[in-house]
Amino acid sequence: MNAHLFPQPVARNRSESYWAIVRRQFWKRRLNRAACAVIALLFAVGLLADFVASDLPILLSLEGETYVFPNLLRPPELRRWDNTLLLEEMGENDWAVMPPVPWGYNSHDLSSVLSPPGPGHVLGTDSEGRDVLSRVVHGTRVSLAVGVLSVVVVVLIGVVLGSVAAYFGGAFDLLLMRLVEVVHALPTILLLVTILSVVMLSGWASVVGMMLVIGLVGWTGVARLTRGEILKVKTMEYVEAARALGYSHLRIVARHILPNSISPVLVSATFAMAAAILIESALSFLGFGISPDMASWGGLLSDGRKHADAWWLAVFPGAAIFVTVTVYNMAGEGLRDAIDPRLKV
Amino acid sequence: MLPFVARRLTWMIPTFFGVTLVCFGLMRMANADPITADLQQGLSGRQISSEALEHLRKLYDLDKPWHVQYGKLVGRLVTFDLGNRWQDGRPIAEVLAEALPITLLLSFLSMALAYLIAVPLGVFSAVKQHSLSDQALTVALFVLYSLPSFWVGTMFIVFLASGQYVSCGFQGEPGCFPLQGWHAFSGFDQMSTGEKILDVAWHLVLPVVTLTYNAFAALSRYMRAGMLETLRQDFIRTARAKGLSERSVIFGHALRNSLIPIITMFGLTLPQLISGSVIVESIFGIRGMGFVALEAIRLPDYPLVITIVAFTSVVTMVGILVSDLLYAMVDPRIRLDGSEAA
Repeated sequence: MNAHLFPQPVARNRSESYWAIVRRQFWKRRLNRAACAVIALLFAVGLLADFVASDLPILLSLEGETYVFPNLLRPPELRRWDNTLLLEEMGENDWAVMPPVPWGYNSHDLSSVLSPPGPGHVLGTDSEGRDVLSRVVHGTRVSLAVGVLSVVVVVLIGVVLGSVAAYFGGAFDLLLMRLVEVVHALPTILLLVTILSVVMLSGWASVVGMMLVIGLVGWTGVARLTRGEILKVKTMEYVEAARALGYSHLRIVARHILPNSISPVLVSATFAMAAAILIESALSFLGFGISPDMASWGGLLSDGRKHADAWWLAVFPGAAIFVTVTVYNMAGEGLRDAIDPRLKV
Repeated sequence: MLPFVARRLTWMIPTFFGVTLVCFGLMRMANADPITADLQQGLSGRQISSEALEHLRKLYDLDKPWHVQYGKLVGRLVTFDLGNRWQDGRPIAEVLAEALPITLLLSFLSMALAYLIAVPLGVFSAVKQHSLSDQALTVALFVLYSLPSFWVGTMFIVFLASGQYVSCGFQGEPGCFPLQGWHAFSGFDQMSTGEKILDVAWHLVLPVVTLTYNAFAALSRYMRAGMLETLRQDFIRTARAKGLSERSVIFGHALRNSLIPIITMFGLTLPQLISGSVIVESIFGIRGMGFVALEAIRLPDYPLVITIVAFTSVVTMVGILVSDLLYAMVDPRIRLDGSEAA
């Protein structure tokens, strides 16, 4: 047990490498496998959102013309159409393959505003007659995009600053720790809301903006962790050997130190994913996040706060956030236990 | 002790400058001087001559280089010369003095509740490790920990307070709990002290629960882990070998030692509660600091926003300092003279 508690140089000749052990420990637990399955499902829904819910068919044959993936490619001649109109207008020789949810996330069904879950709209509609299920499906894409990209930003900034501070020490270290303290002292939500209210983006730009600002305030945890791990590894003999061989600082850090100190960062990144998704939905809930023309879970939920008679607006998007955050936390804990149960991440 | 506090307070100065620099950067980014804000919004619709504009710029120091402006901002923050808010011209200090006690009440109640429940629950769970109740508790705490508070708050409003689904008919409120505010809007001043306390308590049930359970779940998990770690130590075996009762081993020896990491959590929980209160106050319409801040951002009234951000940052820094001091007080192994603990 004790042999793999600490990150070691990867042993290529031994029967089982460090990562193979971690992987085995991780897969051993049923909960971890379940969490990964749900994460995979979420990604599938996010990536294929246009095929799950769209206002145009997946395949369409209209007046002798065949369209492949009009839901994705949006041919200009179909711009004024949607599934409802098509079904009314289609002749005998026309046919279409509909997505399971025949509503776009921005198609307004004004005949049913705030209608409860039922056959037409499986999870009901919001205050503008938009299908809740379609918005939840497309919200998955937004949430995961914000989560993944802000974690990339978090890890990049955190690892670079953390390793520079720990490897060079001295003034670098002092400066980083001051910076970490400043970011810790600032009230995250207020800061983010202020920045986002100043920038005011719309569409996918609001998603990118969101991911950048979440990344900019979220990197401190990873930086501190990287710093601590590198301080531990830095004095080891193989680092000294690398230095004696005359390798550059970059090579020593990137090829020799980081691979042996990165595993806790991986755990932290998984938790950061949950945190980023939570913050994104909280900001959208407060009305400062993803712009309303995009579908987001938090935005739907804030509609639920305004319309108390429409319980489905509060229940479903909230459940989506809850499930996503839970599975990431679960995967993070599983990973932590597989790497080192005593790790304090 | 004193030199430690002095040194830590000195270290706060660069952090404070960092925080105010971020605030100043935000202000510049927003280009938020009252003149352009007024012109952009076209509130008055009046034409302004370039001389008058120049005069106004001079008045608000907008003609000065940035470091002079920044220096003035810090000077005003330090001397509590905060100015008035744009919305209604009330002094910012007065607005904050009104909002702060409400947020403090919320945070204090939450913190106290979280610790009061988390410590016994964590101990119970650790002592009964692997039992069915421990496993059930662990799952429940994990779920609570991942439950987004703005969802819980919204569900409370929709199902308990809106009157759409349940109704109790207290004080003319539609649901079983009030929809808005931290006390009754009408007739609160006429109530006797007892009635006032009851009224506030009734108003704060849902907000406090919403604000508390996340911190409570995190604390319980830490408490359980810390207790398990302590129970494995040699001195616990010694205590048992001496023939001490299990009660005395757990409460006299193990609990005291595993409380230490929990106390440091105080410093980390504080910023979470502050962030949480922004959301909770916005959901439940409670006019605390978070509510005022969001209102100011919506307007936008950036000087007020920046005052609140700077102010909360200082509170957070002090909170972390206090938790470090508490840590040293309960654990004699930690010395505050700068050398690492033995």
